[in-house]
Amino acid sequence: MEELYPVLKRDYPLNEKNLSFWASDKDSPYTEVKRFDWYRGYQVGGRSLMWGRHSYRWSDLDFEANAREGVAVDWPIRYAEMAPWYDHVERHAGINGSLEGLAQLPDGKFQPAMPLNCGEELVAGKLKTLFDGKRRMIPGRVANLTRDLPGRSACQYRNACWLGCPLGAYFSSQSSTLPAAAKTGRLTLKPFQIVSEVIYDRNTRRATGVRALDAVSSETMDYKARVIFLCASTLNSTWLLMRSATDVWPGGLGSSSGELGHNLMDHHFRAGAEGKLEGMGLEDKYYYGRRPTGFYLPRYRNLFGEKRDYLRGFGYQGGAGRQGWARGVAELGVGAEFKDAMATPGQWTIGATAFGEMMPNHANSVTLDQTKKDKWGMPVVKIDCATGENERLMRRDMMTDMAEMLEQTGVKKVRIFDNGYFPGMGIHEMGTARMGRDPKTSVVNSHNQVWDAPNVFVTDGSCMTSASCVNPSLTYMALTARAADFAVDELNRRNL
Amino acid sequence: MTESETSSGYTPEMISRREAIVRVTALLGGVALVGGTALLTGCRDANTDVPFTPEEIAFLDEVAETILPQTSTPGAKAAKTGAFMALIVTDSYNAADRKIFREGMRKLDEATEDAHNVSFMAAAPAQRLAVLNVLDREQKAWGDERDARTLTKAEAFLTNQRKESAPGTDVSAAPAITTDPPTHYFRMMKELALLGYFTSEIGCTQAQRYLETPGRFDPCVPYTPGEKSWAAHA
Repeated sequence: MEELYPVLKRDYPLNEKNLSFWASDKDSPYTEVKRFDWYRGYQVGGRSLMWGRHSYRWSDLDFEANAREGVAVDWPIRYAEMAPWYDHVERHAGINGSLEGLAQLPDGKFQPAMPLNCGEELVAGKLKTLFDGKRRMIPGRVANLTRDLPGRSACQYRNACWLGCPLGAYFSSQSSTLPAAAKTGRLTLKPFQIVSEVIYDRNTRRATGVRALDAVSSETMDYKARVIFLCASTLNSTWLLMRSATDVWPGGLGSSSGELGHNLMDHHFRAGAEGKLEGMGLEDKYYYGRRPTGFYLPRYRNLFGEKRDYLRGFGYQGGAGRQGWARGVAELGVGAEFKDAMATPGQWTIGATAFGEMMPNHANSVTLDQTKKDKWGMPVVKIDCATGENERLMRRDMMTDMAEMLEQTGVKKVRIFDNGYFPGMGIHEMGTARMGRDPKTSVVNSHNQVWDAPNVFVTDGSCMTSASCVNPSLTYMALTARAADFAVDELNRRNL
Repeated sequence: MTESETSSGYTPEMISRREAIVRVTALLGGVALVGGTALLTGCRDANTDVPFTPEEIAFLDEVAETILPQTSTPGAKAAKTGAFMALIVTDSYNAADRKIFREGMRKLDEATEDAHNVSFMAAAPAQRLAVLNVLDREQKAWGDERDARTLTKAEAFLTNQRKESAPGTDVSAAPAITTDPPTHYFRMMKELALLGYFTSEIGCTQAQRYLETPGRFDPCVPYTPGEKSWAAHA
């Protein structure tokens, strides 16, 4: 296993139980100028099978950030244009959450929330008072159903999402979008096809289709299309653009601005704090069922008139619960009494890790590595990405803020941690084909059309102009639905 | 799957159990396990050690049974915890930790000889328990000292960070706070016994309460002391 996954073996997501969900590093290598952990799923459904399911709306705090601070380029869209598309995808995917009325984390069309447990509820109440409503601990908003949807069952609280849910209780392509597409009667699903390039016609300045090779037989096949959507995950869409139309643009289709492959971002995390809920009257409280989420604590830094020595901010994901048998490792005891004690729940504990926004930086880039080929003979991507001073400064607050909040709410034995972070670990790759208002400084326009080929749309994380600090998938879904609606309109108007 | 997993002679059921285990531990916010990531992925450096013999596995069974004996529920031996411990050490421990563990088996036997003039396997249950109680205090003292050092470092770091006038404090120093020094052999054995037993079918369904499909989530229910834990998804 280590031979096939030299990169993925570095961290927790890879495991034997869902091994078939992960792309092989050996067949599909890449080049790391600096360490970059790239988690890929090349099966039907891709990473929608393994994702963390946290689903949050962006706000204008995020869409306006670049313009306000003079960083990178401005987003060509604002929250008001996105809101109806967030509504649409939340209803379709099935996102649960609570209505909180927070400006920095807009409410949505949610199914009923998976509530905070009594330990979290206690801390949440104290925090709300202590910080005047500015720091709020709310139920994590996740793409797990709490009400049935057609063909899908509500979550049964097994907490076994990473196996691929047999009930379709969390959003994945398999549970949600593929069945909807199949119902149209116009879906053809072609597994084991690797799109090697987008075919471009220099006379019409349009793409005419894609060339694909069969992953098993290596046979190539051309597919013609009037409109092409690239939604292959951030680095894969950009990699494909780089392999396309190189006779017209040596840097690939969409490279005329010089920005294709640049401004790679992720969320930096694995820093936070934890402690024990001792003496807080919870000893006679427990919970039933395995909730597949925890709490979320939305961004509060560089907000409410405050200014830190870094830009942007972070949110926390965490949870409280009673210790299980694992506490026995650190406790004194062997023998009968010890064994029976370890079979009962222990102390309540609480902990959280921050997810911090990473700044767009032209120097963080991917290029083609012509010296290395994958199993199918394609030049691989070379990734050169690192965090900078802003992230470094933010990480202090990511640890100390949570420690302070826990201490102030009465949590005992608070400990901070920073388990270290390398780009890619967040599995929130964004950027490299950014959206903008100007074809000279961006790769796609406000409708996700590649400036250099308007019938090619890039709607995954590649198009992100900045990263926010919230989990990005819901925004990709909303952007994709919005772009698809636009494409249909344009086709009907014969503009494409 | 690695070569070692197909040739190690352990049942597939045991092998497939492993990853859930680390996940369980992580979810419980529990301990940093020896062999951490490697345990999860089945990845390790090349292991040319002599495989654990049936006698050694029987020895580990008795160590585990002494830590987690049969009470109103079956003990560690019934859950084949010794074989589990051998599997994890073989497949997931690095060379240095494997050495500590294997030498620890010898040290444990010597400690029994010193105290009771008898090998661990020949010792009576009460003698075994007495030896392990001593070793447990030893590993606990070792662990407490390590925790105290960690806490001191963390507090110094926090204090430093809270001073507004602490520019240029290197945040990269932080990972050092959570780096663990080498571990005590009996801590390894206790850890693996707990891990093996409480994630076994017996440990989940008899020692604890297990429901594959709880069907609902109650965020707050009354708890009466003595009620068993709900086990994680296996």
